[in-house]
Order: sequence, then C-alpha cells, then structure tokens
Amino acid sequence: MGEQLQNPILSIEDLNVKFTLRGQVLHAIRGVSLDVHPGESIAIVGESGSGKSVFVKCTMGLLDANGQITGGAIRYNGMDLTSFRTDEDWLKIRGREIAMVFQDPMTSLNPLKTIGKQIQEAVELHQGLKGAAAYRAVLEVLSDVGIDDAPRRYKQYPHEFSGGMRQRVVIAIAVACRPRILICDEPTTALDVTIQTQILELIKAMQKKYNLTTIYITHDLGVVANVADRIAVMYAGDIVEVGTCEEVFYDPRHPYTWALLSSLPQLGVKNEPLYAIQGTPPNLFHEIRGDAFAPRNPRALKIDFLERPPMFAVTQTHKARTWLLDPRAPQVAPPEHIRALREKGGNPYA
Amino acid sequence: MPDQRKKLVEVQDLTVQFGSRRHPFTAVDHASFHIYQGETFGLVGESGSGKTTIGRAIIRIHPTASGKVLFDGKQINGPISRELDREVTRRIQMIFQDPMSSLNERAKVDYIVSEGLYAPGRKISEAQRREMVDKALCDVGLLPEFASRFPHEFSGGQRQRIGIARALIMEPDFIIADEPISALDVSIRAQVLNLLSQLQKERGLTYLFIAHDLSVVRFICDRIAVIHKGKIVELAESEELFAHPLHPYTRALLSAIPQPDPIAERNKKLLVYDPACHRYSETNRPGWEEILPGHFVLASREELEEYRELL
Ligand SMILES: Nc1ncnc2c1ncn2[C@@H]1O[C@H](COP(=O)(O)OP(=O)(O)OP(=O)(O)O)[C@@H](O)[C@H]1O
Ligand SMILES: Nc1ncnc2c1ncn2[C@@H]1O[C@H](COP(=O)(O)OP(=O)(O)OP(=O)(O)O)[C@@H](O)[C@H]1O
Ligand SMILES: [Mg+2]
Ligand SMILES: [Mg+2]
Repeated sequence: MGEQLQNPILSIEDLNVKFTLRGQVLHAIRGVSLDVHPGESIAIVGESGSGKSVFVKCTMGLLDANGQITGGAIRYNGMDLTSFRTDEDWLKIRGREIAMVFQDPMTSLNPLKTIGKQIQEAVELHQGLKGAAAYRAVLEVLSDVGIDDAPRRYKQYPHEFSGGMRQRVVIAIAVACRPRILICDEPTTALDVTIQTQILELIKAMQKKYNLTTIYITHDLGVVANVADRIAVMYAGDIVEVGTCEEVFYDPRHPYTWALLSSLPQLGVKNEPLYAIQGTPPNLFHEIRGDAFAPRNPRALKIDFLERPPMFAVTQTHKARTWLLDPRAPQVAPPEHIRALREKGGNPYA
Repeated sequence: MPDQRKKLVEVQDLTVQFGSRRHPFTAVDHASFHIYQGETFGLVGESGSGKTTIGRAIIRIHPTASGKVLFDGKQINGPISRELDREVTRRIQMIFQDPMSSLNERAKVDYIVSEGLYAPGRKISEAQRREMVDKALCDVGLLPEFASRFPHEFSGGQRQRIGIARALIMEPDFIIADEPISALDVSIRAQVLNLLSQLQKERGLTYLFIAHDLSVVRFICDRIAVIHKGKIVELAESEELFAHPLHPYTRALLSAIPQPDPIAERNKKLLVYDPACHRYSETNRPGWEEILPGHFVLASREELEEYRELL
C-alpha cells in the first residue's frame, strides 16, 4: 500500500513503561512498536487495563508521576519525545501538534465557563485570531461539529448540553487547535449507539476536512470496523496483532484477537451461551513468561508458556505475535465464529 | 389460538411526571406493555427516553401520574396494603445501571448482598443469613471469601455480579436489569449475559432488560419494546422487529448498530429520525395499533397503510 511507503508521522519503537506503586513495579507497556502514517486512522483495541491509555499518554507527556518510560523511543518530527523533560518541551506538542479527546467530556470542559469562551480560547491561542474574527471562527467550529443555533449555544454552559453534545464540543476544541494528530480515547463509550455513530462520523469528517491523522482507542472491536484503516490489538501491555481493518476482521491470527471477536454479541447465536474469554488478564506486577495470553487460551502450545513469540509477518501490512505463525507450529484453525465472519464477509445478518 | 401464557407484569397506559404540578415534565407518556412469565422483555431507546423511569415506577420508587401497573394480577402502583408492599419488595428486584457507583463503598460485600433481608417482618437468624450470602455469591460465580471485602477491591464484572447476588438473595420472580452491561468491558459483557440467561433457565426468572444497544437486546430478549421520548413507538418479537422494523425511529436505531464487519460498515446507510416526518395534527393522530399479531406500532391511519406495504 502506498501509505506504507511514506515516512511515518509518529514512530514508536520498543517502548517500555513502568509504574511504581507501594514499592512494587508494574510493567505496563512491554516493548511496543508502532508506526503511524500521515492521514491514516488507526484503532488501538484491547480490554480494560491492557495499556491503551498509558501508551498514548506517553506521546503527550501525560504519564502519571509514578510512571516512567524505561526504554524505547517515540519519534515525531525529527525529535525523540522520550527525551523531553520539562513542561515547556511538551507545550510545543500538546494541543498544537497532538491533541486528545478523553472518554468523559466533563473532565475536559470547565463547568464555570461558557462553551463559546472555551472554544474561543483555543482558537485565539492556536490560530492567532482575535475579537470578531475569533468569534466568527468559533461559530464556524460549532456548526462544523453539527451544533445548530451557534450564537445561542455560544453563551451556554456545559451543563446545558447533553452528553453527546458535550463530546462534540470537546472534539471542536481539539480540532480548533489545528493539530496534526488527533487521539480519541474511548470517545463514545459513555454514549448511546445512535449518538456514538454520529460522533464517529463527525471525527471522520473532521479528519477529511483538516487532513488529520487519528488514533482511536476502544475496548469494543465492533465499533471500529467503520472508522479504522488499520487496527492494533493490545493485550497485557503489548501489541499482539496489527493489520489493516480487513485483515484483522476477516483473517485474524492471534488467539486473543479470535477471542475478542468471538465475544461480540453480534456474533452470538440465540439461546446458546455467548463466547466468553475464560480467566483474568495477567498480573503486570509479575514478570510475564511466554505468550501473555497462554493461560487463557484453551489451545495454547507448550512453547507459549515458555518463550515470548516474536512478531511474525503475515503480509506486508499484517503482523501477529503468536507461535502459531511459526513454520514449525501445528495447524490450528480459528474458531467457527471467526471463519463465519470471513465467509459471510460484508453481511453478518445474511 | 388464544395466548395461554401468563402475564406476570402488566403496564397499562402508564404516565410518570417530574417537576412541579404547574410545570410537569412527562418522562413516560401513556406506555402500555405486558411481560409474560419466564420471558426476557427488552426496553430500548436513546439516553433520556424514560427507560429507567419505567423500571423505577414498577418497583414503586417513582409515583405514577396515571395508568396502572399490575404484578401477578394485582395492582401495585398507588396506595397498596403493607403486606402487598412487602411481597412486591421481595419478588421484584432491580440490577442497576452502573456497577461502579451503585454499590455502597463503605459497606462490606456481606452487608451489601444481604441488605434486603433486613427488611421489617423478616426474621432470619445470623447463621441463616450467612448461609444465604454464601449461596448467593456462589450462584453468581464468586467465592464466599469475598463477603468480607469492600467493593473497590473488585473489577467491573465482579461488581456487577455482586449487584446480581444482591438481587438473587431475595429469591425474586422478576428482575429489572437496567443496562447491566453497558459500563462493562466487552470481554466481561459476555460473562454477565451468560450468567443472566443461565439463572433464568434454572429458576424460571422473568426479566425486564433495559439497554440502548440493540445488538445485545436482540441476542437475549424474546420481545422488544422501543421507546422514544417517553412514548413506546413499537413492540414485537425480537426477530420480527429486526426483520420488519416499521416505525422510523426503530429503523434509525437498527441502522446505527455497529457491525463487526468493515465491508458492511462501509456500505451502511445511517438513518436519522426526524420526529417532524410524521405530520401529525388534530385530525391525523397516531394510535397504538396491532399491525400483525403481537407486532404493535404507534401510527396514524395513513402511516398504517404505508407500513402494511413494508410487511
Ligand atoms: N498511575 C498508575 N499507577 C500504577 N499503575 C497504573 C497507573 N496508571 C495505569 N496503571 C496500570 O497500567 C495498566 C494499563 O492501564 P491503562 O489505563 O493504559 O489501561 P487501558 O487499556 O486504557 O484500560 P481501560 O480500557 O480500562 O481504559 C493497568 O494495569 C493499570 O492498572
Ligand atoms: N428524579 C428525576 N427528576 C427529574 N427528572 C428526572 C428524574 N429522573 C429522570 N428524569 C428525567 O426523565 C427523563 C427520562 O430519564 P430516564 O433516566 O428514565 O432515562 P433513560 O432512558 O434511563 O436514559 P439513560 O439511557 O441515559 O439511562 C429524562 O429527561 C430525565 O432527565
Ligand atoms: Mg483507558
Ligand atoms: Mg437509564
């Protein structure tokens, strides 16, 4: 694919992050590499605690104080962001180069300021506009994100907006900073499906209009089929599979990706139990041996418990960290649900 | 053939209002449906449509402005005898929307699970209570040891199980599950859904399952009612509703279901519901019509004709 030949806009190499908690060390990110290409939209998917938020927070210098990058590099625009130490360094990046939309819009809005003022501050700071010009820009931003009656809305406070509208405002503010990369951390988990779909459509439209690169974070694989060009699947602080959207949905290779897809209710059969992943994710306070998913994988191989698998390439764009891709491994077919998804490809209710 | 199934819950023309008498806000507007014994009845609609309010009106937390709620043949809204109140309090239980905030953080699991047993008029020895807590925890797949811990020590899925154990210990016949999985991680959702259907099989429980995610509702519900701004707009058996959605709001909801399939998603046509599309007026009012046996829709005469064409 053409975009693969371009230089990545953001390149993460063998990143390691550890937290210290009551004298114990938690290894939250365990050697993750990922290239993000300009203009693409990539989704990072994985269950709660797998390290999705920590991973993207590293790119904005937002790691909690008890956390530390202990190895690896984050390259952006010729700089290695892991070498940044001061807030001044980060202010060059945060908002204006890389902006983030969080799960709960209330945490990023100031309840005591009008919506209009909050957007205007971003516009003045990042687009250098003042007075009437800034005001007009705010009205345009509001209508961009589908909020009608902008002059009246300008004067309202966050509590006068519904949950879905607040999330639109947060997106409006992020976009008004004209960043090159927009990170959306679970932008729709708190919202109902109709609004969720509208927000995803909105982000897609903003991406086109302002030529953004977007990174979506979610625990729900079902949500990203529509918006992602590529998908990275995270498990226990590691990316275990990465590929184009089609590759991950129609030809997944890692047993964890199989399990994640199989547990979607859309693939359930009525009056039969839904597929549920057994057990719990590993304790990251302990050093992990082998494939981190092995204890929950009913068809794990012996080697899965002993040695960490390398990333095997399936195609130029598709890689997975599983011993099943080793030429010496036995042939293990994906579960039936997954094969069905591929066969029905394009019409799950057929 | 007349329907032989027993109606456990009947909601007739129910209206619930908030606010002052002079400026009432109607959260539930003349809703009618019934739930058969042993079935799972789904209630879906967008945020703020009145789903939780209906559940809370059934368990008598919210007073009703008009209409009736019948449980096992007896009216349970409005003033009722103390005995009936006690019976209803035991036989109807609710599982709450958010497992992170619905449990009392300062109480131990032991107390949280058995709180309902302390109701007046129930005499239970400490040993009996203990035994019941242990059993309820086991029933939902938790260990009896967990009784001495606090809620914050548990994951989202475990907390939701605690909420379910708390309902089960009362040995209810009817459980109102208010978005029991919306706040959970996908990998835990399946566990909780499986647990609910397993319990239903074992004990013949009846559920009112409230959700905004139609993909989940289709999977576990026998029949589904769709609610929009306090009004029920359509009601049918799950498969029928998915095969022949008639009301434009139902169709909009269905079109928004995320499908785990990139090709289908790319070709998907999102329908947006505009309430103005109905052109209702004094002379053109909608009614609650049974268009096929068991399939109801809110429609005017004109619309009914259009919908018939779609069947
Ligand atoms: N400040 C911190 N101190 C200690 N551990 C932390 C801290 N922040 C995160 N962690 C741990 O790092 C791991 C990854 O957390 P992270 O928030 O990235 O998960 P996530 O994939 O975003 O999950 P979710 O879907 O629930 O948001 C978890 O085990 C978490 O407990
Ligand atoms: N105690 C209350 N006082 C005043 N208004 C209320 C109260 N409870 C609910 N409402 C209003 O009634 C309407 C219906 O609310 P309800 O909580 O039933 O919605 P819901 O369908 O459960 O939504 P969600 O999916 O967000 O939980 C809303 O407009 C809400 O603001
Ligand atoms: Mg997170
Ligand atoms: Mg509710």
